[in-house]
Amino acid sequence: MTTPSSSTTDPVLSVRDLTIRFKARGRETPVVHGIDFDIHGGETLALVGESGSGKSVTSFALMRLLPDARHCTIEGQVNIGGVNLLELTERKMTSVRGPKIAMIFQEPLTSLNPVHRVGDQIAEAIRYHRKMTRAQIRDRVLELLTLVGIPDPERRMSAYPGAMSGGMRQRVVIAMALALEPDLLIADEPTTALDVTVQAQILELLRDIQNRTGMAMLFITHDFGVVAEIADRVMVMYSGRIVEEGRLEDVLTQPRMPYTQGLLSSVPRLEDAGLRTGALGTIEGFVPTAGNLPDGCSFHPRCPHARPGVCDTAMPALEPHGRPDHPVRCLRIEDIAASDMEDLSV
Amino acid sequence: MSTLIEAVDLKQHYPVRQGLLGRQTAAVKAVDGVNLRIHRGEVLGLVGESGSGKSTLGRNLMMMERPTSGAVLYEGSDLAGRSHKALHPYRRKMQMVFQDPFSSLNPRMTVEDSLTMPLRFHQPELSAAQRRDAAAETLERVGLPRSMITRYPHEFSGGQRQRIGIARGLIVRPEFMVADEPVSALDVSVQAQVLNLFSEIRESLGLTLLFVTHDLAVVGHIADRVAVMYLGQIMEIAPTRALFTAPKHPYTETLLSAAPQPTVGARGARIPMKGEPPSPLSPPSGCVFRTRCSHATPECDAAHPELRSRAPGHLSACIRDDISLVPAVSDRPTSPRRKQSA
Ligand SMILES: Nc1ncnc2c1ncn2[C@@H]1O[C@H](COP(=O)(O)OP(=O)(O)OP(=O)(O)O)[C@@H](O)[C@H]1O
Ligand SMILES: Nc1ncnc2c1ncn2[C@@H]1O[C@H](COP(=O)(O)OP(=O)(O)OP(=O)(O)O)[C@@H](O)[C@H]1O
Ligand code: SF4
Ligand SMILES: [Mg+2]
Ligand SMILES: [Mg+2]
Repeated sequence: MTTPSSSTTDPVLSVRDLTIRFKARGRETPVVHGIDFDIHGGETLALVGESGSGKSVTSFALMRLLPDARHCTIEGQVNIGGVNLLELTERKMTSVRGPKIAMIFQEPLTSLNPVHRVGDQIAEAIRYHRKMTRAQIRDRVLELLTLVGIPDPERRMSAYPGAMSGGMRQRVVIAMALALEPDLLIADEPTTALDVTVQAQILELLRDIQNRTGMAMLFITHDFGVVAEIADRVMVMYSGRIVEEGRLEDVLTQPRMPYTQGLLSSVPRLEDAGLRTGALGTIEGFVPTAGNLPDGCSFHPRCPHARPGVCDTAMPALEPHGRPDHPVRCLRIEDIAASDMEDLSV
Repeated sequence: MSTLIEAVDLKQHYPVRQGLLGRQTAAVKAVDGVNLRIHRGEVLGLVGESGSGKSTLGRNLMMMERPTSGAVLYEGSDLAGRSHKALHPYRRKMQMVFQDPFSSLNPRMTVEDSLTMPLRFHQPELSAAQRRDAAAETLERVGLPRSMITRYPHEFSGGQRQRIGIARGLIVRPEFMVADEPVSALDVSVQAQVLNLFSEIRESLGLTLLFVTHDLAVVGHIADRVAVMYLGQIMEIAPTRALFTAPKHPYTETLLSAAPQPTVGARGARIPMKGEPPSPLSPPSGCVFRTRCSHATPECDAAHPELRSRAPGHLSACIRDDISLVPAVSDRPTSPRRKQSA
C-alpha cells in the first residue's frame, strides 16, 4: 500500500515489500516486515518511531550496508533510477553510493577519519568517482565547504576533524555526502548529538541545499519537533512496520493511529512552558522485542482502544480508510474516529 | 520561600597542562562565579549548551567535587570548607540521578543490592530485612513491582532502569536531588513516564530538585524556575513562564528560538547564533556571550555584566536594558490541545 502522490514524475526512490531478517544461532528474526514507500525529487520524507522500531536497519538496507547474507537476509526492491539496488553486485553498488544515494549518520566522528585532513577526505570521495584534475577537485572541495557554511574554508580544508566543533564536523560530513550530488540523501538522526542552536543551523542548511539541488531526502528521527522543521511527509514505524503515513500537517494535527496519537500526546510543548499543564500522555507497556511480536496488531497490548477478539486476531493492513493520502494500520479506525468526533462535540 | 542551597561566587577551574614540562598553561573555567539560590521544594531547571558547565555546577553543589573557590551554603552553612568527615551528614541529604541509566547501575548487582547499597552507607543501623523492605517500598514508589527486586539491570528497559536510578536516589530520603539529563537518553513515550514520575515525587515528597537538561520543552514542563548557563556563567534566571514569554538575555532569546516545535508552521525565522563557539580555554573578554550576540555593542567588549533584577524574580546578566527580545511563546492562554488518547 503506497500513497498516491500528487506529483506526476517518477519517484527518485521506490521501496517495495522490503523485508529484513537477522540470523543468529540458526534462527531468523524479522525486524522489518515488508515496507513500501516512495520519495520524489525535492521531497523530504521523515521516518519516525521509537528506539528499535527498525529505522536505521531500513536505511542501512537502502545503502546496502547491512551484514552479509550469512547474518542477514534482505528481500524486496529498492528502486532508484529503474535499478533494484538489492540485485547489484557489491562492486556496482560502490559506484551507486555517492552519486545516486548518500547517507549521513548521527555521530559525525564515525564517518570521518581522525588522521586525515577534512579536505583530503572530501577530495578522496570525489576522486574515486570523477575524472578531475587536482585543481578541479580542490575547487570543488572549497565550493562544498562554502556550500555547507564552513567559515574560512581555505584554512579549514587542512584541519583535522578533532580540531573542529561537533556542528562543524557534521557540516563536513554533509559536504562529503553532497560531493557527488546524490539523487537521494539519507540522514539518520543527523542532529541528535548536536546542540539546538547547531541543530537549527544544520536543518536550515539541509532545507536550503534541497531547494537548490532538488534532491530527495529520507530523514530519520524520533523528534517530532525536528519532523515539523524538515518534513513534507511523515511515516511512523512501529516494530518494523509502517503504521501511519501522511502529509506533515495531517499527521501532526490529526494523527489517526492510536500509537501516533499516544506519541504526540507524550511530547511536552514549548507553548505550555511554565503553565503546569499536568501529566503528559503516556503509552503503557513496552515496545515488543523483534521476534516476540504479539499476534494481531503489534500495538494491541499497549493500545487504549484495543478490543479482545478483534485486535489480537488479525494483522491490520496499512489502508486509507477514506483518506487516500493518509493511510493507517488499525482495525478499529472507524470506531476511534467516531468516538473522537463525540469527544469533540462535548 | 526559604533557601535550601545557595552557591556564592562559585568557581571550578580545571588546569590544562601542555608542553614537555607539564606546566599549567591555561584553565578551563567550567564554572566561573556562579551565584544561585535554590528554594526549598522547588524544581530549578538548568539549561545551556554542551560544555556550558551544567554538570560541573551540579557536582559542585553536591560536593562530589570541591570547587576551586566560592561557597556552597546548605541551609546557610558552608559545605566547601568542610572536611570529608564533616560532610558525611550532608551526603544523605543530597542525591544524584544520572543521564545514562545503564552505565550508572552495576550490571553484576541485583536491583536489591543496588538499592540497599546507599542504605548500608548512610543507615548502617538498619537490619537486612529492614533494608530489603525499604528497597521494595521504594521500587513501588517509582512504579515498578516489588517482585522485580531480584533482577539484574540488563533485564530492564531504558525507562525502567532510569526508574531504578531514581529509586536509588530516593531510598535514603534526600532533601535535595540533582538530576543530570535524566530523560535525555529515553524515547519520548518513556521520557513522558519518567517526567510524570519526577512531577509526582517532587509533590509527594516535597523534594527540592535541580533538573539539568538541554531540552527546553522538557524544562518548560518540569521546572518552576529556569537558570540559563553559558561558558560557566549564569546568563539569566527567571520563573519558567516569564523566561519563555519575556526573555531578558540575548542568549536565552537565541536558544529559545532554536528549539524545534512539533507544530505546523513553526518553521522559520530564527535569531541566528553568530560566529563559532569560543574555545573554553580563551573565553571572550567582556561579556562572554558578545562574540555570538546579535545585540552586542562596543560597550559589551569591556563590560562584565552582573546578574541584575529586571522584573520580579527575574535576573539577567546583560547590560542592554534598551532592547526588547523575541519570546519563544506569546503570553496568551495555551492553545487547545488535542485530546490525549491514553
Ligand atoms: N546487526 C544486527 N543484528 C541483529 N539484530 C539487529 C542488528 N541491527 C539491528 N538489529 C535489531 O533490529 C531492530 C531494529 O533496530 P534499528 O537499529 O533499526 O532501530 P532504530 O529504529 O534505528 O532505533 P534507534 O532509534 O534506537 O536508533 C532492533 O530490534 C535491533 O536490535
Ligand atoms: N574533569 C574535568 N577536567 C577538565 N575539564 C573538564 C572536566 N570536567 C568538565 N570539564 C570542562 O568543563 C566545561 C564544562 O563541562 P560540563 O561537563 O560541566 O558541561 P555541561 O554543560 O554539563 O555539558 P553537556 O551538556 O555536554 O553535559 C567543558 O569545557 C568541559 O570540557
Ligand atoms: S551584554 Fe552585550 S553581548 Fe552580552 S548579551 Fe547583552 S547585548 Fe549581548
Ligand atoms: Mg537508529
Ligand atoms: Mg553535562
